[in-house]
Amino acid sequence: MALSQERLGRYNPEKPMENRITDLGPRHFWQYFPPVIQKNYGKWLYHEILEPGVLVHVSETGDKVFTVRCGGCRFMSVEHVREICEIADKYCDGYVRFTTRNNIEFMVTSTDKLEALKKDLISRKHVSGSYKFPIGGTGAGLTNIVHTQGYLHCHTPATDASSMVKAVMDELFDYFQGMTLPAQVRISMACCLNMCGAVHCSDIALLGYHRKPPVIDHEVIDKVCEIPLVIAACPTGAISPAKTEDGQKTVKIKEERCMFCGNCYTMCMAVPLSDKEGDGVTIMAGGKVSNRMSQPKFSKVVVPWVPNNFPRYPEVCESVKKILEAYAKDANKYERIGDWAERIGWEKFFEKCDLPFTEHLIDDYRLAYDTYRTSSQFKYTDAAWEVSKAAGGID
Amino acid sequence: MAFEPREPQKELKYDELRIYSDDELNNYTEEELKNFKVKHNIPDVEELEKGPWPSFVADAKREALHRRKLSEDRMMIERDVVEDLLGQLQVSFDDGETHWKHGGIVGVFGYGGGVIGRYSDLPKKFPSIAHFHTLRVNQPASKFYSTDYLRSICDLWEFRGSGLLNMHGSTGDIIFLGTFTEQLEPVFYELTHVLQQDLGGSGSNLRTPSCCVGRARCEWACYDTQDMCYELTHYYQDELHRPAFPYKFKFKFDGCPNCCVASIARADMSFIGTWRDNIRIDQKAVKAYIGGEIKPNGGAHTGKDWGKFDIQKEVIDLCPTQCMWMEDGKLMIDDKECTRCMHCINVMPQALRPGKDTGVTILFGAKAPILEGAQMALLTVPFMKVEHPYDNVKELIDKVWDWWMEEGKNRERLGELIQRYGVPKFLDVIGLPPMPQMVKEPRSNPYIFWKEEDVPGGWKRTIEDYRKRHAR
Repeated sequence: MALSQERLGRYNPEKPMENRITDLGPRHFWQYFPPVIQKNYGKWLYHEILEPGVLVHVSETGDKVFTVRCGGCRFMSVEHVREICEIADKYCDGYVRFTTRNNIEFMVTSTDKLEALKKDLISRKHVSGSYKFPIGGTGAGLTNIVHTQGYLHCHTPATDASSMVKAVMDELFDYFQGMTLPAQVRISMACCLNMCGAVHCSDIALLGYHRKPPVIDHEVIDKVCEIPLVIAACPTGAISPAKTEDGQKTVKIKEERCMFCGNCYTMCMAVPLSDKEGDGVTIMAGGKVSNRMSQPKFSKVVVPWVPNNFPRYPEVCESVKKILEAYAKDANKYERIGDWAERIGWEKFFEKCDLPFTEHLIDDYRLAYDTYRTSSQFKYTDAAWEVSKAAGGID
Repeated sequence: MAFEPREPQKELKYDELRIYSDDELNNYTEEELKNFKVKHNIPDVEELEKGPWPSFVADAKREALHRRKLSEDRMMIERDVVEDLLGQLQVSFDDGETHWKHGGIVGVFGYGGGVIGRYSDLPKKFPSIAHFHTLRVNQPASKFYSTDYLRSICDLWEFRGSGLLNMHGSTGDIIFLGTFTEQLEPVFYELTHVLQQDLGGSGSNLRTPSCCVGRARCEWACYDTQDMCYELTHYYQDELHRPAFPYKFKFKFDGCPNCCVASIARADMSFIGTWRDNIRIDQKAVKAYIGGEIKPNGGAHTGKDWGKFDIQKEVIDLCPTQCMWMEDGKLMIDDKECTRCMHCINVMPQALRPGKDTGVTILFGAKAPILEGAQMALLTVPFMKVEHPYDNVKELIDKVWDWWMEEGKNRERLGELIQRYGVPKFLDVIGLPPMPQMVKEPRSNPYIFWKEEDVPGGWKRTIEDYRKRHAR
């Protein structure tokens, strides 16, 4: 049965439930494996990264599969997918894979095909000059940034996603193509605190953040929202019931209690937060999900806010580069950014990354006490001398 | 080892399914693309065409030009959809704010998830994206594809939608970005009837489960991540499509403690492959690593000169439990002290392999910060054997869901419910005894919520009895 070319296809709006098929689930994965994957399923012995972006996996059967990993935009057109298909048909018997970090993986079984594939991939460029299929993202390097929708599709963002990823990856392109870092670096980007990208355990996290409390659309709030739900949505209890001058039900907000999470707006369209001057980017660092050596860690806020300077976000790029360059220079082999920061001490992290430490970085939300240092063990940095001076302890 | 799908899989051949002819697919030249201008003035957006990283703008412009040159009756929504989207992006840059309206309830009959309604708040200026609804399409486990399948969904989505998609969304689905309400049912009908393909989850239901590459192309997968992901996704189709939960619920399947799908940070129920016997050692390969014949860490560090490989410094000293040593030129591991962190295996994949008696560790309750802060998952089941059809896992899931659906507040994730009630209550509900592994350290306050039945004689006392012994 071919795909329908009628306006409504085979769907009959007069009888919407007619012949409806539901609960099919996803298609089965087995049919999408190239023969070498089917044959060696569960039999892989080891792998090696031959060069940045190129892996070989060796099976106990003696079979090998070569994988070329290419950076991709998660936002892509069908034209791009068709080009991926053209490549996969030409070199990979019509199979291709995507990774959880939006990379594209082409697999071949011979070195001849591998060389031809690589050559073809790097020759493909957009008319404006950017690579379509840059090879890299393996080993002790930077891989693709996972991200969210941003201004292209989301109703709650505090920044844009695709453009920031493009700007940052352009700046860090050499790290993507190389394996010069102490360990892998995972950057993630989420355009608001909802964190559809769950960036909270990343080596570096870029997070869109609002800084102005909601404005209230008194005229409609009682018609379009459940006011008790809006009140209950606020984690700090900043929202309470109120009446407008003409007696309509609405809410009022204790603005100094707002921490700008936007949960009220998620519940109710009548309390928007977004604002050109208020919105920007928070940068976090030192998280990871792997259990390797140390336990998984949350990312910590290291830059409280930088502006949304579209389309290239120079302040974001600069901060990320500072962290990455200090880490590349100073960390031990195998150390993730968080492991490094913990070994040298966070005070040294700020010194080495040349990032200012402001009061915003000291937790004052719930469980803040867990982050207090309750020890006389610390390292001296300029920040420490400044406090000593301010306290009248030294000249 | 081959797998049987739950239902026979229709073989998809693009040539039998296709909508567009070769001429239609190749309807513009590189020269035309170079000279192509979208209908709106988008200087900041076009700036993003520069630089080495793949430009989503340059890509979107290809689709815009392709649509311009297709005949009007070959697209069921407006041809300008991509151009209007880029135009609105420019306005969003100018204004420093999004221009998508809040919400919008649309969907397909019988499902409460899988479709996200989206409307532009500038519909007069950008009429082609007045509606821009999303469909989440449930990806096959670990995201391998045939080009027949991909080309078919491309034709379907270009014909009935914007031709723009995400490969893939954060949770794992293929995301079809942007169509009008009228086309939602037709897209769904074609997906199910022609492509034998279902939608994924959204809203307060089971979200589309996802897994790592697993046994398909990784030597460390301690269980069959693909099969388990596939089986549980199919088994829980009702929970996936019809919201009946307090909030979202995610399963993620990591084959080993490297956690490539981040289950420990993102999944309400996180499955991490592990083993309970000994790490397999090939002493010959250990020697080869020491002798510099094999590159450490699979060659991950070859971009920089880190000096000669030093097994003491790079493996033994970095072992978090210090359970390794060299003896007579052999690498020794005290496996009962090992916490299976994967470091030594990552560094010497040809010499060390996970054990053979494998299963999963199960953790509960991870989530992003909304609302009370981010949580990582709580280690709950240290080791479970998992074999198709995973009845032991399903039994556990049912107990967890029963409790959460009964007690969870609106928009309360499982991890928050566990915090609100305490881990002891959670263990009671799922019928598991406590173990020291569930905590980093025991509590440092003695504020134990003793229960009446814990205390001899119970709590029923009278003040009269007390007064018999103590004057007021």
